[in-house]
Amino acid sequence: MRATKNAAAEVLPNSPASAKPEWLKKLSDGKYLLMLVLPSVICLALFYYFPMYGLVIAFKDYKPFIGLWESEWVGFENFIRFFNYKYAWRMIRNTFLLSFWSLLWGFPAPIILALVLNEVQNMKFKKFVQTISYMPHFFSTVIVVGLVTMLLSPTGGLITKALESIGIEATNILADARYFRTIYIASGIWQELGWGAIVYLAALTNVDPQLYEAATIDGAGKMRCLWSITLPSIAPTIITMLLLRMGSLFNVGFEKAFLLQSPSTYETSEIIATYVYTQGLQSNSFSYGTAVGLFNSIVSLALVIIGNYVSKTVSETSLW
Amino acid sequence: MVGKKFTLGWILRNLFLWFVVFVMLFPILHMISVSLSGTWDVVTNSIGVYPKIDGKFGATLATYKFVLAKPLIFTAYKNTIVYTVLGTAVALFVLSTGAYALSKSNRLPGGKTLNILVLITMFFSGGMIPGFLCIKWLGLLDTIWAIVLPHAFGAYNCIIMRSFFQGFPKEIEESGFLDGLNDIGVLWYLVLPTSTAVLATIGLFVAVSQWNGFMGPLIYLNDEKKYPLQIILRQIVLESVMDEFEGAARDTTFAENSIKYATIAVAVIPIIAVYPFLQKYFVKGVMIGSVKG
Repeated sequence: MRATKNAAAEVLPNSPASAKPEWLKKLSDGKYLLMLVLPSVICLALFYYFPMYGLVIAFKDYKPFIGLWESEWVGFENFIRFFNYKYAWRMIRNTFLLSFWSLLWGFPAPIILALVLNEVQNMKFKKFVQTISYMPHFFSTVIVVGLVTMLLSPTGGLITKALESIGIEATNILADARYFRTIYIASGIWQELGWGAIVYLAALTNVDPQLYEAATIDGAGKMRCLWSITLPSIAPTIITMLLLRMGSLFNVGFEKAFLLQSPSTYETSEIIATYVYTQGLQSNSFSYGTAVGLFNSIVSLALVIIGNYVSKTVSETSLW
Repeated sequence: MVGKKFTLGWILRNLFLWFVVFVMLFPILHMISVSLSGTWDVVTNSIGVYPKIDGKFGATLATYKFVLAKPLIFTAYKNTIVYTVLGTAVALFVLSTGAYALSKSNRLPGGKTLNILVLITMFFSGGMIPGFLCIKWLGLLDTIWAIVLPHAFGAYNCIIMRSFFQGFPKEIEESGFLDGLNDIGVLWYLVLPTSTAVLATIGLFVAVSQWNGFMGPLIYLNDEKKYPLQIILRQIVLESVMDEFEGAARDTTFAENSIKYATIAVAVIPIIAVYPFLQKYFVKGVMIGSVKG
């Protein structure tokens, strides 16, 4: 009831006096929307844009007890220090290779699962496989790494035992830098295989069944149908997903690498994100850590923009 | 018909899918089996995919009782539940109000700019250290709010909700205005009651990420009493911090692997238990999300 009165009270003096400026009218019309958006704006400002502003410390020698403003400007010194660090290139390479190999092995897997599932006639069985294969997606990184560590543990890990029974020496597979990427990628596929297939399954349901009927009448076999009808039909989805993934090639999550690595595997496992953590938060080199992180974000952003540009020209889909 | 069904393709397909099912389930079954088995069987590494006691099929809940009786794990469990419930509630409040206002970008003053500002956060962020310093400056370090608030607003979730709200019939909204409701009233009385599907989906996304959250607690919390399950899980399983189980591993009442697996299981079982019932909401969420925001 109060709302009605308020609205009436505002409309009345408003209507004759069109002298009221346009922006003020817009403001009074949108004032409830402004109230609604306020919590989001506060969150956005405090937890997204305030930290972005905090990036200035990458160009400063930030000392917590002096404060952000008074800390001395140092220009690109922190970045130069990073590029002169003897392991900088190794970290950049590890970051890139980890996601490159993940993409190469992990990208086709859900497509294959979706194509096979699409052929299944028994709906109950299909649903069962889907339910089981989506599940690991909801496990936390700690749990996945925990399971991996347990299964590969030198003392009683089931996979260790299985490998040994077929004659492969696997006593310390977790501490061996050569196997880090394999473990990282294989467990990643285990976790995301089913979930990744959802998008392709949806694309597959949109393929017109009449195409298959017509092709079968013309004598096309299963493989021919797959090659000439199914794959071309879902190609736009595949291309879009691929470009999205390529955009995030430099954006490797912190958690999994951090939990799975150990100093003995740094040769392949130390990535920029984990270095930022050890430098910035464990050794309190805030400015240096921020500079390294900023370098990572900028390269990531550049890749997203390039990926999106290519996606726009190739498949007419764009992120923004 | 039978002859047609059992073709080579059918056999290969089923073999492949059963292989996938086996690989997916195997670690989980093994984990549960070890955690339910007798100590002797665990120490001798004879557990496969079913639990054993003294070499024979059997199960005991002793390890679970032991693990859950530990104050550290119990507190962590309680903390995780609190963070998840509060985090989801706050996120749903912030997201539903914000996304609704942003879906009316022609009437919301500055709406277009705000939408762009939301989009930018999907591709660029201050990163770990500025994020940490910001929480520190706000005085939120080592409080529950450091876990709850930074994840309340998420661009991806906001965009999913916004595109859902954009599909709400204009006529119903206008009839609400005619009945004297303002935007807040329309959202509360008309839009939200018909949006339970998207609220459930986004609520579940947020709840899962809060339940599984690790990096936030790792960086923002120092007080052991505030640690959520994931941090404790890491200490026990990955760093083998067994202080809490003083003597247990030594007198081998419980094998170390049993304790570790039981701790993982305690964190996973709630997800496995609720997930099949909520599956359709998750899948729906992916589908709404893939229809471009």
